[in-house]
Amino acid sequence: MKHKGPKSTPRSVNLPKCPTGIRGLDEITGGGLPRGRPTLVCGGAGCGKTLLAAEFLVRGASLYNEPGVLMTFEETGAEINANVSSLGFDLTGLVRRKKIVVDYVHIEPGEVHESGEYDLEGLFVRLNYAIDSIGAKRVVLDTLEALFCGLRNEAILRAELRRLFRWLKEKGVTAVITAERGREQLTRHGLEEYVSDCVILLDHRVNDQIATRHLRVVKYRGALHGTNEFPFLIGADGLSVLPITSLALNHKVSRARIATGIPRLDAMLGGQGFFRGSSILLTGTPGTGKTIISANFAHAACLRGERALFFSFEESPNQIIRNMHSIGLRLEPQVKSGLLRFHAARPSLYGLEMHLATIFKEIAEFKPAVVIIDPITSLMDGGLASEGKAMVTRLIDYLKAGQITSLFTSLTQGGHALQQSEAAMSSLMDSWLLLQDFEGNGERNRVLYVLKARGMAHSNQIREFLISNRGVDLVDAYIGPSGVLTGSARAAQTSLEKAAALASQQEAARRKRELVRKRVALERQIGGLRSEHEAGAEELRQIDEQVGTQTRLLTTERNELGRLRQADVSAAAGSLGGPRNGKTH
Amino acid sequence: MNAAKGKRRPSGSDAKAAKFWQLRLYVMDQRPKSVAAFSNLKRICEDHLKGRYRITVIDLLKKPHLASGDQILATPTVIRLLPVPVRTIIGSLSNFDQVLVGLDLRAADQPERAS
Repeated sequence: MKHKGPKSTPRSVNLPKCPTGIRGLDEITGGGLPRGRPTLVCGGAGCGKTLLAAEFLVRGASLYNEPGVLMTFEETGAEINANVSSLGFDLTGLVRRKKIVVDYVHIEPGEVHESGEYDLEGLFVRLNYAIDSIGAKRVVLDTLEALFCGLRNEAILRAELRRLFRWLKEKGVTAVITAERGREQLTRHGLEEYVSDCVILLDHRVNDQIATRHLRVVKYRGALHGTNEFPFLIGADGLSVLPITSLALNHKVSRARIATGIPRLDAMLGGQGFFRGSSILLTGTPGTGKTIISANFAHAACLRGERALFFSFEESPNQIIRNMHSIGLRLEPQVKSGLLRFHAARPSLYGLEMHLATIFKEIAEFKPAVVIIDPITSLMDGGLASEGKAMVTRLIDYLKAGQITSLFTSLTQGGHALQQSEAAMSSLMDSWLLLQDFEGNGERNRVLYVLKARGMAHSNQIREFLISNRGVDLVDAYIGPSGVLTGSARAAQTSLEKAAALASQQEAARRKRELVRKRVALERQIGGLRSEHEAGAEELRQIDEQVGTQTRLLTTERNELGRLRQADVSAAAGSLGGPRNGKTH
Repeated sequence: MNAAKGKRRPSGSDAKAAKFWQLRLYVMDQRPKSVAAFSNLKRICEDHLKGRYRITVIDLLKKPHLASGDQILATPTVIRLLPVPVRTIIGSLSNFDQVLVGLDLRAADQPERAS
């Protein structure tokens, strides 16, 4: 119903549509099947014709209040009931509430004798009666071609079929007629020549032992429709067609960032981690730690109180929990608290479509903020490359529409990490981390690059990815003249550098000590000189004193003489230490 | 459904089964094929089963709900309810030989009249 909004309004003027209620089909057909006209659904055995038709009726009766008549030529009412109840349709209940009438038309080849002219009025009467009894708007004729087995007069049959389709149109019911796929034409008995309004072709193909269902709208008179083949699924709650082309690229985007659980990786991604709702691809050769990064990412989400859903296609949940335990990452509490959920399945269990259906269903149920698919490649190996890419596209679209951050790991087989499929897939991804092995000096070391990170400044540097029992860490790889060094080579280089640093430190210390010693020696010398200098000064002083004493004595003597000779006292005192003389006096 | 009916019937009329014929003719109103079928059937019965048959005519135009019970697809349709097993012939019954084969009359009653 949601697709009936603005899109179908202009179209409904020329061609009214009858919504099928089947997920995806209404998108492809631009609102549903042509209202009041017959639609032919053809396909081989077991490709889901009856289920499509039955869902059309059940959805019509339960969602759009359009009662329906199911006229079945091959299966009895009880069989149909059993078949559709596996899809969760309560056909019996709808029949009881007079929303659906099931009429089983029994035709046994060879049981009926023919003599003379006849027509199929009996069928018309039954159909008319069933339609009028509940005011049906929808009619399903499930494998009308069974008539060709029961009745031998093909000329009459064809004339009557033509009349039947005309009558259905006049009756104004939207009809779905199923038919077996023919060898060279759409249907075995050429029913397509009577139904000119809408023809839908169903197909069930097996590629590499895995079957995938496809749906194609071959013809839709008077309306635009997707002409591609779309994969479709028969899940536990009905059919869903998965259109790729009809989904527009108009997801809401978030500026919020979420941490990866590895601080150093956050730092490489502009310091804050990935954008919320973005898609992340993690490629790497075997054993490079893809699952470990994934588990860290999931764990970080749980620590923020968000739900994380981990799809594992190679390891069992218990194995992942045990293995993460060995690097100090405890996931059990998160599983117990219900924040982390694992979903493990073998990729070869069923086809891509079923995996996708399961993934969608799990996501719809669990409503996670973070989804991890480990690894996406094992899923893609199951189908064709183009299908795999289409599937990833649909998955990413679905996740982005729900603002769910997704991390896909991708296992690369060869020595070279970038392979064709990755290159194709990577264009769908917002961020791409590459894990690689570096082999050298008899050891392998893990390194990590950020190949791209849309919308954020990110490091172009290689980092060595270390896994220890304390967790994971990223360290700078040594980049020197001899190239990138990792592992023990990096350690050796580091210790070399350390030794060199130590040596230069020691040299400095030695020179310092020597200088100090020199200074001390100099100081000692200075001390000696100073004492010598002081000794000189003392001598000087002594000399001065001696001279003074002698002078004084001399003056005294001279004064004595002067006094004796009656000399001028004052003149003699002024020139030759008069004050002293004065003091002495 | 046919089989179920076939089994139920004999309980009441097992003895008569060999003798008495019970036929049901489904028609649409008075359409030419319906009218022709009735007169043809009547003639055959008069020729081969005089006095030991009964034809019930059901007009589907008036009683459409009866169509599904006997699995009616085409009109006109004759159903031989008795003797068992149930047999069905469709058409205006214009080809008597086919009717005789269909009703199992030729084999049971007058095989020599076939030629």
